[in-house]
Parts: sequence; C-alpha cells; structure tokens
Amino acid sequence: MGASRALCFSLGIMNTRQQSKLIYSWYGKPLASDRKLRTSQYKGILITSESSKTETCIQLGDFILVEGMNADQPYVAQLMHLYEDGAQHKRAVVQWFCRLEEIPQNKRRLLKREIPAQEVFFDQVLCYDTDIAAETIIKTVMVLPLHLGEELPVITLNKEQTFYVRQSWDGKCFKVLSPDTFSKLEEANKKRGVNTNSSKAFTPSDILTPVKKETESVARSATKPKDADMEIESKHSTSKSSLAKERHSQRVANNDIKTPTARKKLELNSPTRSKAKLLGCEVLGLLDDDCDAIAPLEPSAPKRKVKFTGEILGSPPKIPCSNAKSKPTSETAEHHQRCSDTTRLSPYTKVKDFSGKDRNLDEEDNILLPLVGFQKASSQTPVLTPRSRRTCAQKTSALIAEQISMLDQEDFSSDSDSSYSSSSEEEEDDDDDDNVPCTPEKKPKSSKVFSTPKSSRKSAVHTPAKTPKKTGTPRTPRNATPEIPRRVQAAQEPASVLEEARLRLHVSAIPESLPCREEEFQDIYNFVESKLIDGTGGCMYISGVPGTGKTATVHEVIRCLQQAAENEELPPFQCVEINGMKLTDPHQAYVQILEFLTGQKVTATHAAVLLAKLFSTPGPKRKTTVLIVDELDLLWTRKQNVMYNLFDWPTQKHSKLIILAIANTMDLPERIMMNRVASRLGLTRMSFQPYTYKQLQQIVSSRLKGVKAFEEDAVQLVSRKVAALSGDARRCLDICRRATEICELARQKRAPEIVRMAHVTEAIDEMFSSPYVNAIRNASLHEQIFLKAILAEFRRAGVEEATVQQIYHHYVALCRVEGLQSPTVSEIMAICSRLGACRLLLVEASSKYLHMRVRLNLSQDDVMYALREE
Amino acid sequence: MRPPPRPSSARAPASLREPRMQPVRRMKPSAMSKRKLRESSGESAECISQVQKILRERFCRHCAAGRLFGMEQQHRHLLELLRRTTVHGESNSALLIGPRGSGKSALLNHVLKDLREMEQVRENLLEVHLNGLLQTNDSVALKEITRQLQLENVVGDKVFGSFAENLAFLLEALRKGDRSSSCPILFVLDEFDLFVHHKNQTLLYNLFDISQSAQTPVTVIGLTCRQDILELLEKRVKSRFSHRQIYLLNSFDFKQYMKIFKKQLSLPAEFPDESFAQKWNNNVQMLACSAVTVHHPLLTAADLQEASRQHSTDSKANLVHGLSVLEICLIIAMKHLNEVYDGEPFNFQMVYNEFQKFIQRKAHSMYNFEKPVVMKAFEHLLQLELVQPLERPSARAQREFLLLRLLLDSSQIMDALQVYPNCPTDVKQWAASSLSWL
Repeated sequence: MGASRALCFSLGIMNTRQQSKLIYSWYGKPLASDRKLRTSQYKGILITSESSKTETCIQLGDFILVEGMNADQPYVAQLMHLYEDGAQHKRAVVQWFCRLEEIPQNKRRLLKREIPAQEVFFDQVLCYDTDIAAETIIKTVMVLPLHLGEELPVITLNKEQTFYVRQSWDGKCFKVLSPDTFSKLEEANKKRGVNTNSSKAFTPSDILTPVKKETESVARSATKPKDADMEIESKHSTSKSSLAKERHSQRVANNDIKTPTARKKLELNSPTRSKAKLLGCEVLGLLDDDCDAIAPLEPSAPKRKVKFTGEILGSPPKIPCSNAKSKPTSETAEHHQRCSDTTRLSPYTKVKDFSGKDRNLDEEDNILLPLVGFQKASSQTPVLTPRSRRTCAQKTSALIAEQISMLDQEDFSSDSDSSYSSSSEEEEDDDDDDNVPCTPEKKPKSSKVFSTPKSSRKSAVHTPAKTPKKTGTPRTPRNATPEIPRRVQAAQEPASVLEEARLRLHVSAIPESLPCREEEFQDIYNFVESKLIDGTGGCMYISGVPGTGKTATVHEVIRCLQQAAENEELPPFQCVEINGMKLTDPHQAYVQILEFLTGQKVTATHAAVLLAKLFSTPGPKRKTTVLIVDELDLLWTRKQNVMYNLFDWPTQKHSKLIILAIANTMDLPERIMMNRVASRLGLTRMSFQPYTYKQLQQIVSSRLKGVKAFEEDAVQLVSRKVAALSGDARRCLDICRRATEICELARQKRAPEIVRMAHVTEAIDEMFSSPYVNAIRNASLHEQIFLKAILAEFRRAGVEEATVQQIYHHYVALCRVEGLQSPTVSEIMAICSRLGACRLLLVEASSKYLHMRVRLNLSQDDVMYALREE
Repeated sequence: MRPPPRPSSARAPASLREPRMQPVRRMKPSAMSKRKLRESSGESAECISQVQKILRERFCRHCAAGRLFGMEQQHRHLLELLRRTTVHGESNSALLIGPRGSGKSALLNHVLKDLREMEQVRENLLEVHLNGLLQTNDSVALKEITRQLQLENVVGDKVFGSFAENLAFLLEALRKGDRSSSCPILFVLDEFDLFVHHKNQTLLYNLFDISQSAQTPVTVIGLTCRQDILELLEKRVKSRFSHRQIYLLNSFDFKQYMKIFKKQLSLPAEFPDESFAQKWNNNVQMLACSAVTVHHPLLTAADLQEASRQHSTDSKANLVHGLSVLEICLIIAMKHLNEVYDGEPFNFQMVYNEFQKFIQRKAHSMYNFEKPVVMKAFEHLLQLELVQPLERPSARAQREFLLLRLLLDSSQIMDALQVYPNCPTDVKQWAASSLSWL
C-alpha cells in the first residue's frame, strides 16, 4: 500500500510538470458591467494551455462541450453569456442540448424513429442549471439544425465534432424546432462560417491533423528542420485524445488517485496549438496567394492572413463574408475554391480530408490527372512545408508539385508499411488500456460515444482498407439483452373467486397502497423530498426484521417522488438500487452504481475512482441521485471501505446523493461498523416494527378488497398466529394462499366456498408444525427402538452423548424385551446413519464404527413425547 | 480364502426398515431373475430377458413408469403447484423432505411426467435441474443455469464472464419477464441442504426473491432428507421461502408392503407373451403368501431369504470367519483387555502379554509363536480394520506401543467364534472367560 502511495506521489509530481494546465482568461474588454452586482460581461473566453503555449478562443454563440458525468460523453451546449461575478469567478450561461442517453428510457419511445448517435435535442427542460463555471468548458463543436424530415448530411470528416438537432425536448415530449430557434441556430452557425446544407465539414481549430506526422519527414527533408516545437507538436498529434479525456485524466492525476498511466497520456496529449502552428497559419495566408494565383477568383485572400495570425483559426465572424463573396464559376474553380476556402478555415483538417481522398485515388488508380495533382499540391503544401513557405515564399509551384509527388510516395509507403501502422495501433491500444476514463467495454460502441479521438484519427491516418479491422471488433456480447423465452400459450386468468384471491395474496402482487406503513412512508418521503428540494445529500438507515415492508415502502416512496418529479413539483432525480445479496462481492456495488449512472462497465477499483470523482466534483447538469442500498450488512468488508465510501459521498458538497440504506438489524451501525463509518451514516434512522395482528389483518383484507374469499375470523386467526411468531407479512400471505388451496381441494365439486377456520388451521399446522415429531412417529420400528436405546443410555450415563457401542447394548436388551430378533451391528450402523442423514441425530464420521459418538438433535422430551403416543 | 476387506458397513446401502418384512422388501432383482431362469428353463429365452429388463428398470432406476405408493396426497399437492405455475404463471417455492429412499425424486419425476402430458402445459415450462453434489458453489450453479436455460448463446463469443457478470446477467434476464408473458421456469434443487452452505446463500436468496416478486414466474423445488433444513436458511432467505414443505414418510404397515411387493413384481398387462405373464403373476401371488409362512418349503422363498440374509449380514463379523487361529487368539486377548480396562485403548505389547499368559498357562494346542510372527498377525488385523489406531502412526512412536482400539463388540466376537470352523476347544474356553485357567 505504502509503495503504491509513493508511486502515486511521484507520478503526481511528474504530472504537474508535464501536464498542460489550462488557464481561462477573458477575451477582449468587458462588454458591459453591472456595478451593483459587480458583474461584467464578456464576448469571449480564451483557454490557454500553459505547457503547450496554445490558446483557444470561444465566443458567444459558439457551440461547446461541457464536462459531464461521463468523460466519454461531455454535454453539448451553446454559449449564451459570459460574465464574471462578484467573487471573480468566471461564469457562463448556456443553452443545453441533450443527447439521447440523457433522455429517460421510457421517453425515448416517443420518438418513434432511430436516433443517430450524433443527434442531439434542443433542451427546454427548465430544471437544469444553465449557469455553469466557465472552467468546465472543453472546446467548441458544431451543432447543425435540420428539419425533421431531412436526412443527415453525409459527413465523413470529423463526425465526432458535429451534432445535429432536429427536435426539442422539454422533459415530456419532443417538438419540432420552432422556426425562431431554428433560425437562431442557423445564424449561430453562419457566424462560424458554415453553410449548413453543404456537406462541408468544419472542424474546430484545436484539432490537429495526424497527417502531419506522415508528412513530417517530407517536410523536414524539403525544408530545414526549424525548431523543436514543431517536432514535438507533430509527435503530439499522432496520439491525441479528446480534450475531455485529457482533462479527466488530469483531474484524476491531480486528485492523486493511482493512475500509473496519467503521465504517459499527458505526455502524449497536448493537442492544442503551438506557436509553430500559428506560424503555419501565417504561412497559410501566404499560401492563399498561391491559391489565388491558380484560381484568381478569390478576392479576399490576403486579408485573411492577418486574421489567422491575429486570432485563432476559423474565428467565426469574419470568414463567412469571404465565403459569400467567392463565386465559383466553373466546376474546377468551385472545387478549387472549396479547398482553398476550407484551407483557410481549418487548413489542417481539410488537408487531412484530402490526403485520405488522395490515398483512395492512389489505390484505385495511380494515374493522377495533372489538375488533381495540382490541386492537391496547392491544398497540401501549407501543411507540408510551412517553413519552406515562409522562408522561401517565392518558390514556384513546380517545386511544390515535386514535393507533393514525394509526399504521395511517402504516403503510399507509410500505408503499406505495416510496422508503422502496427506501432500506431499498439499505441492506440496502450492508450485504450491505460486510459483511465476510457473503458474497454465502451470501445466497440464507438459509434455512440461522442468523442472518440482514436476513431477520428484512425479514419484519417489509416487507409480505408485498414479501418474496418479496427472498428470491426465484435460487439461485446454483454450488451446483448438476455431474455427468457416467451410462453407458448397465454397465461390463464383466474377463473374462480379463490384463484383471484390467491393471485392477490401472492407476495409479488403489488397493492395499490401500502397499508399500516403510512407513518414510515411519510417520514422517508419527507426526508428524501427535503433533500431533493435543497439539492443536498444525506443518508438514512432503515432497519427491521424480514417481511416488515422496508423495501416495499422505500419503493413506494420512490414511485411517489418520481410521480411528483414528473409533475414538476420536485426537481428530477434518478434512482439507483443495489442489493447486497445480489452482489457477489461488496466491491461490485461500485460497478453496479456506475453502470446505472453512466452505462460504463469497468472493474470495481476503477469504478470506485470514477464514482468518487463523480460525486466530489460539481456537475452542472447532474440530477440528484437517490441510492437504495438493500441488505446493507452484506457490504461489510474487513476494512469497510465500501460502506465508508457510500456514506462519505453524500457528505461531499456537490454530491447530490441521497442514500437509503436498508438492513435487518437495528444496531448494525454500532455492531459492525467502525466509528468513522457509523458517524458518516448519521443519526437519521428508522426502524420498522414487526406488524401487529391488526395490521396483518388489515394488509390481508386490503388485498382481498372486493373478493369474498375469506371468513373474517379466519383472517384474524392467521394474523394473530403470525404476529405472535414473527410479524412477517410474507408468512401471513403465504399461509392465506395455502389456505385457499386447501379450501379448493376440500370443496371438490360443490358450490364455491370461502376459506374457513378449518382450512386456515390446517395451513398453519402444515407450516409451523415441527417436522421432528412427525418424522419420529413415521420412522420404522427399529429406528424407534434405536431412539429408545439412546434415551436409555443417556439416562444411564447422565451425559447427552453416547457411542454406538453403548447404545448397541441397550438396543439388544430392548429387542429381547420386545421379543424381536436383534439385528447385526451392520444393520445398527445403517439405522444410525439413516437417522443421522435426517438430522434427527448428530453423528460423527462413520469411520469410527462402534466408537462413533451420537447425539440427539432434538430434546429428549420431544423424542419421548413422539414415542409414547403409540 | 479370506474375503477381501469391505468398506465399513455403515456406508453400504443397507437402509433397514421393518425387519419383520425383510424377506419381502429386500428382494433383489438379480436373485429373482436367476430363479426365474432356473425354474422356467422351458420358457423362451426372450421372455426371460424381457422380464429381467422390466424388473431391473423398476428397481434400479427412478423411472417414472413405476407406480407410487402411499404418496397420493403429496403427488396431488405438487402436481397442483406446478400446474398453477405453468398455467397461471404463479411463482412458488416448496421443499420435498423425506428420508433417503423415500421416493422424493420418484415423486418429482412422476409429477413432471404427468405435467408434460397435460395439453396446456406442454412446451410451456423450462426446467433447470441442479444437484448440490455437482454444483458445489454458486458460480458453478449459475453457469449451469445459464446453460440449461440456453442463454449462453446470447452471451456470444465470450461464453462465461466473471461470477459477478454472470449473476447480473441472469438476474437481468429473469427481471425482464413478467407473469403473463414469460415462460415459467422450474428450478429443481436436488440435495438442497448442500446449497445452503454456499456463501451468503446468494443463489437461494435470489431464486426465492424472484419467486416472491413480479418477475419471470419461477418455481423452486428443493429435495432434501434433512428435517432441520429450515433452520439452516438465513432469516431473510427463510422469509422469502413460502414455507411449503411436502413431507414424504413411508409409514407402511405390513399389508401395504405386501401389496407393494405384489405390484412391483407382477408383470404388466402389455407383456407380449400372455400365458407366461399369467403364470408369472400367479407365482408372484403365491410367493407373497408363502413368504409369510417361512415353513413352506418353496424354493423361491428360500431365495428371498438368502438375499435378505446376505443383505443384513454383519460385515465385520464376517471378516472374523476368515482369520487364522493366531489372529483369533489376538482378538480374544483384546476382548479381555477391553473388559479389564473398560474400553480403554491398548497397545500391541499389552495384547502380546495377554496372549503369552494364555499360551503359558492354558494352551494345549497352540504353538508358542515368536514375537515378530505375532506382530505380523497383529498388523494384518490392523489392515482389515478390525483394530483401529487412535492416532495416525508416526515415525517416532514404536509400533508396539501405538494405542489402538478394537472395532468389534464382544458379542460379535462370541457369535463369530460359534461359527468359526475347527476352533480349538481351549481357545473357545479362553474366549468365554479370561479367568478360566484359575
């Protein structure tokens, strides 16, 4: 333990050195400030990565990803306002979009159509907090509004960065986007310079193209290797992961949780722009001149150079103008314009696209049309040789073409080069395995998972022939939903009154209300409700002997609360239930909770880490979680860390976790819990008393309401019997159910009868009578004599234990008295082992033969009573 | 020739009930058919093999073809219970409790056979059979359940994951169903008492919990011979069990045994050779009568008696018949030691001294064997497990002084001596009294 701690520590230090700390700063001057509230509004925010010296600017109206519960699925939102509050905290107001996963399962049916993974819904649920901390913003994405009938535009590029919205979701139903919203969204997109109907993709600027790596060597061979920055950057770009994940890992590392891979990952991941890239952009601007030379239809190219150097790539407001201005005249020109256009917007990505296409071309036919080659050259050079462009901007296009041809070769060889691809795959695998937030189970679901940087990189780097190998991994079968086959014939409905009664008396039948637990119900309801309204967490411990309605009451409470939440009387919440008896190991509790909350399937230790993170960090959009822990005592471990964690989370500030713990014993906290666990459990306790006979009677009669199947006295008899013994409602119902069967058997073909006292008495006798006496009475003659011999020996010796040899002597004597032929020793042994198997006797191992010791498993008086009757 | 040492008789399947009716009940099919073979050598060999087949099936297998005796009520109860499960989708749990050989499995098989013949039940019931001796822990049991429910193909290429995954998987599968649409599942837990010892009784809790909640209808039937089974269940498991206990107690009287005997031995009406069947059945009727009166000099009755005698012989005492005189003497010496020291353990040296006393004072016919020879004889007794060491023999202790115990009762020794062939008179006298030389 100590060793691992030390390891964590050292890693932590390394992390701090390596990781790119993100600094959030305002972009531009405050637009307006409110003196009174001491807030000031801004139009944009800059996210600067300290280590890689890159910065991203996000402006109002941009679509962003916000850190969520599940690192794989950040929330999608549109930035509406940015302001700094009185306490100097940077805040953001957002308009949420919700993913399909965030919509309750039962509501998804309302959609009546397949929802692609990239579709989101305009969120009109009012209960979510739209005011978030600006630090939770990850990066920008695209959200394109579509009409309901419209097909998804085919986009091969940057799938993970683009979302579509067709409908809005207000917590109850889906609606088509109002024209107003639609136009607003469209406008927001236009601001970013994207034509929504074109299949052209836009990529956020902070995505680096992996193609750079391939081209790197070429670039360097063509130009002088300039600075180390560039090299580092390209290295980074090869193994880039989504920002969300990166952050997640950072956080995990910061929390000093054991993440042996964090360092490695951070080393790999710094996908923000470096200075070198900025320079590259500059060059890009220069390149545009080139493009203009080729396709002189571009008027505003030089202007853009300034923009690129001045601010981040593809800064939304300015580009569209140029876009609108450019008017393609011919197809070639259009094509050309497009590539140059996109080059301007997001040069790297576009190039990536092209290189992919090129490779396709290469594979299909090696004949390159000069024009295509030229286009390629013009589009790819900026990436290839940013330096060369800067140092010798006047180089002719012939040189570029030469370089391109070299690149093509390089490309081709790199594709065929298995060592390269395999190593990159290895890297990926490593990444996968080590990646803390990324779960191996999730991997095959990549279509669903939002930001899977690997897949995007893959599609870009590898040839199409290669991709299926990776993505074609068989789906994890655990996602398959198992089902018991349907029955062939329909189940019969109850035909008679007795059958109806039996159905209602079955423990599994859910009554409309829970009688006799009104007080407990109210207490639990009030507790959970108050916590829900406050948005805080808390624990409640519920105890009571089995069959007193603990779980049923809690379920009822949850049901009522859910109803209230649906009616918007209460904030929405989610309910998770675990049962200690249904876990194979206490630590599996983590796995089940996490799976329920986020759908991830991970190992127990990892789940614990993720849950701790989840409950300790403020999540903007997280609902309150109500956790029901049934059979709490089985979560006991020697170190009690499962219990400790469970009860520690609600005490955290942002946990929003309410725990209802259920167990049988009243003094469980004092008996088995350590002080620190018991203290966290708190003193909110409730104990369910066993039912009194009146309550049991009420329970039975409430279930039988409207069905005249029982005599009033019969119900009372059962209730009194059960209340006197255990107060277990299940027992009571079982007896009643059995009584209906006895009644049905007894009545034969006569008119329908109701259950009378006699039937109930018989059922009670059946269930509660001691089996021993009956077993002895029905034992064979020699078995009975053997028991008598045991009693005689016990009486003689005064000890309640005897060897078979001693009993044998008495046995022979008894047989003589009875006038029976005494059996042999072998037969005696057989009798003894038979009685031992029935557990009327407790016997030793039979290898001791005559010296085997024998004891009675019931009192001597019982044996005597049973034997005397005859 | 001495008979080979047999395992201790306690383990032999000698379940002894109502020794009075021994001749009738403990009928061995092999003896029966042998007799038949001799008696009716004129009959066609085909008939004989048919008879052998029918009777062997009846006696040796729990086949549902045989009849049930004295458990009509239990049969009705269980059949009704399972019928409701299949027809109405009602969940239940029940225990079949009865001593070994009381027909628990036979009853269940009968009920299942009857159930399958019902129109509305066919194809409507999934059966899962588990045995506590095979499924020794919950993990194995879960895999077996998954396999028998044929859910493993849903699990795909990764057939069985971890225990936790399996449990979650199965619970999920069962939770999906509901009363009216899912196919009911019957869980038969043979040797139910062994499932009780599984960790936390997880399997039982979950099975009973499903049977008490609105999920896939299940019926759990446990078969056990332990009367104290309910005390072994944990309180929350016990609370979920519906407390239906079906006791099987075969408390037949003599007349009932007679009836069973006749029925079990009679040939069925559909026997191919009718005249032979007639003759056979008549003989069985006669045999049943004659078996009561032992005086009746019928060969067949003697056969039965012989079978019974073989069945009830004392295995240890039988071993004594094959011992040498020296070994018998040693056993007698041990018997005397037991009497003198009141059952306290002894060692070889004590036995040897006792034997020496006998040789020196009393013996006329016995040769004075040397000590190593006596030791050899003594070790043979040890091998036959007529003598048992108190603790495991260790290298340190000398063999002469190892503490031992005699596994024979004095009455057994005396009885064995009565039938021991060519036993010297002085040895017999010495056996009768250790003080006889005085």
